[in-house]
Amino acid sequence: MQTFRFDLCELPEETRGLREEVRAFLDEELKHIPAVTRAQTWSGHDAAFSAKMGARGWIGMRWPKKYGGHERSAFDRYVVLEELLAAGAPVGAHWIGDRQSGPLLLNFGTEEQRQLVLPKVAKGECFLCIGMSEPDSGSDLAATRTKAEKVEGGYRVNGTKLWTSGANEAHYMIALLRTDPEKKHDGLTQFLIDLKSPGITIRPIMDLAGNSHFNEVVFVDVFVPDSMLVGSEGSGWKQVGAELAFERSGPERYLSSYLLMKELIRELAKRGGDEGAKEVGRLIAHLVTLRQMSLSVAGMLDQGENPALEASVVKDLGAVFEQDMPVKAHELLGAEPTIGSGDDLHQVLGYLTQTVPSFSLRGGTREILRGIIARGLGLR
Amino acid sequence: MNEVQTLLSDSVNRLLKDHATKQVIVAAEQGEWPAALWDALVANGLTRVLVPEEMDGAGATWSDAYVVLKAAGEYAAPVPLAEAIVAGWLLSRAGIAVPEGIITLMEGDFLLKEGRLTGKAIRVPFGRYATHGVALVKSGWGVEVVLAPLEYVRIENDMNVAREARDTLTFERVVAETGWIELPANGLRLFGAMARSVQMAGALDYLTTQSVAYANERAQFGKPIGKFQAIQQQLAVLSTQSAAAGIAAAHACAAADKGEAAFEIAVAKVRTDDASSIATSIAHQVHGAIGFTYEHGLHFATRRLWAWRAEFGSGAEWAGELGRAAMERGADELWPYVTGR
Repeated sequence: MQTFRFDLCELPEETRGLREEVRAFLDEELKHIPAVTRAQTWSGHDAAFSAKMGARGWIGMRWPKKYGGHERSAFDRYVVLEELLAAGAPVGAHWIGDRQSGPLLLNFGTEEQRQLVLPKVAKGECFLCIGMSEPDSGSDLAATRTKAEKVEGGYRVNGTKLWTSGANEAHYMIALLRTDPEKKHDGLTQFLIDLKSPGITIRPIMDLAGNSHFNEVVFVDVFVPDSMLVGSEGSGWKQVGAELAFERSGPERYLSSYLLMKELIRELAKRGGDEGAKEVGRLIAHLVTLRQMSLSVAGMLDQGENPALEASVVKDLGAVFEQDMPVKAHELLGAEPTIGSGDDLHQVLGYLTQTVPSFSLRGGTREILRGIIARGLGLR
Repeated sequence: MNEVQTLLSDSVNRLLKDHATKQVIVAAEQGEWPAALWDALVANGLTRVLVPEEMDGAGATWSDAYVVLKAAGEYAAPVPLAEAIVAGWLLSRAGIAVPEGIITLMEGDFLLKEGRLTGKAIRVPFGRYATHGVALVKSGWGVEVVLAPLEYVRIENDMNVAREARDTLTFERVVAETGWIELPANGLRLFGAMARSVQMAGALDYLTTQSVAYANERAQFGKPIGKFQAIQQQLAVLSTQSAAAGIAAAHACAAADKGEAAFEIAVAKVRTDDASSIATSIAHQVHGAIGFTYEHGLHFATRRLWAWRAEFGSGAEWAGELGRAAMERGADELWPYVTGR
């Protein structure tokens, strides 16, 4: 039985030069950023860094030049992404636009929508967020209630989006809204919403670690013009499905704890002896395998396929791996997780110990992903 | 899959479906050599896939052989097919003609003196049935491949938990053919581990298919148990483990085609070992009591996984190698190393 397709995908030799270039850039840019800050990787927000990335041509790398893109290969883009993540670069500001919303607009958006945001996103000057979850609609995304009612020249939006990462720093939101209360899945539509529109209130929500990456976004009689409807009315659910393959398979789905893995190896090597060698080896085996799986999905995306199922596999396995890292560090070193004191290891451990529970929640919970996989197996 | 791989896949899957039946596996466990199965594999050239064409082989790559080894694992074929494939590769690389017969791999303590082999090999796969054994022996100048006939060796029978023959062979000044090879001294263990990893990936695929089929057919509380979320979630985990094992093993084969592959092989053995531990547990849990009977065939795969994960170095052993090397290189070198290979 061939349920999933994970063909090997080798990075072309030509990407080596680019990798060196990215590494040199990151060595310089990140040298004064402490490890605990770097551990935030794609949650870390730094507009100045994003602008530098844009100037280098490392955002929107695959997009057509007429939208500010660079028409590079999927593999060039993959190399840049994995180098950013492994080094712990603060890429959060432009991450969603580059990964997800840009490709969405290229697939389904109008010429006007593309011209409006893509060139600015590619410059690292315009940031997007994804409005999916709501107070009563988390894993059950089709229960979306925030409604967009047809009015003269556009839609009137009322409701609340919740857990929206980066909304407090973003310029636009791609929102999944209910345009037809009579239909469930087919009553959903995506909109590109200017977050400066009157009637929008964004309230950051502090997470258990004291950070405020996610937000509550309240819409009260917000007017969204017809021209900002993405794709076609009632196609939101299908469009979101295609988008999630981009969201779920990237290197960020197994590299979120890489900074801790590095500090763990550093500490064990310093202590000397053979202790921990087997555990380190196991972590390496899982890391390398996840990288091959993620590359395989990247290869399929490059071929224009929709490996949504394989992407769910990568994200599920990746989250387990990332979440295991603080446990391994705890077991092997007995190091206490700290906030603001101690060396890099202790601080990174402090940050990740508190943060890893979110890794199997964001971008689709573990249970939802496994449900998708079970469907792929023919069980539902 | 490329053209060669599609051809190999069709051929090996058809052949094993016909010949590696439950009846044959049961008979093999009771000590019967599955001659028809073996002869069919030989007749179709599947034991010599890695022997160059000019030496009467198929001249295929490790990535091609992956297809054959994976099927061998999936069907629990109770013959030394993986051993013959690895042996054929070692022999032809050392310029030794690959003999007719049943060739197996031997790990042990050997002394090679004036072309004669002395020493003891333990847990030799299918040793009692084999006509020839292949070993690597390190000598002053490098590493030699040794091909020894097994007519005159002392054999003590033993088996692994899959009831596959794993015998002790004692050699005393047995005349052997030898040839130099450019491999580390642990080369046989390394490529044995790679072959096992691929077989394990095949057996893991079988566990997924079989467990899903069973969950769709077994009804309790008025519906197939596969309709319960608790079971669905478990089967999802099983399938992701088998997917990970498959790509880890394929990655090792691809690396072996390019050159030195010790790192990727270690990764594959560790990852397939971990996958096996998780997957066998889930497969049995889903099958309930019926899967615990000898009558049901699930255990042909699970017992092999429990045996194979420890053969040619367990995951823990290879993980130790990976970990020590990584710590020696230093924490900051891990990422450049992984991406530079």
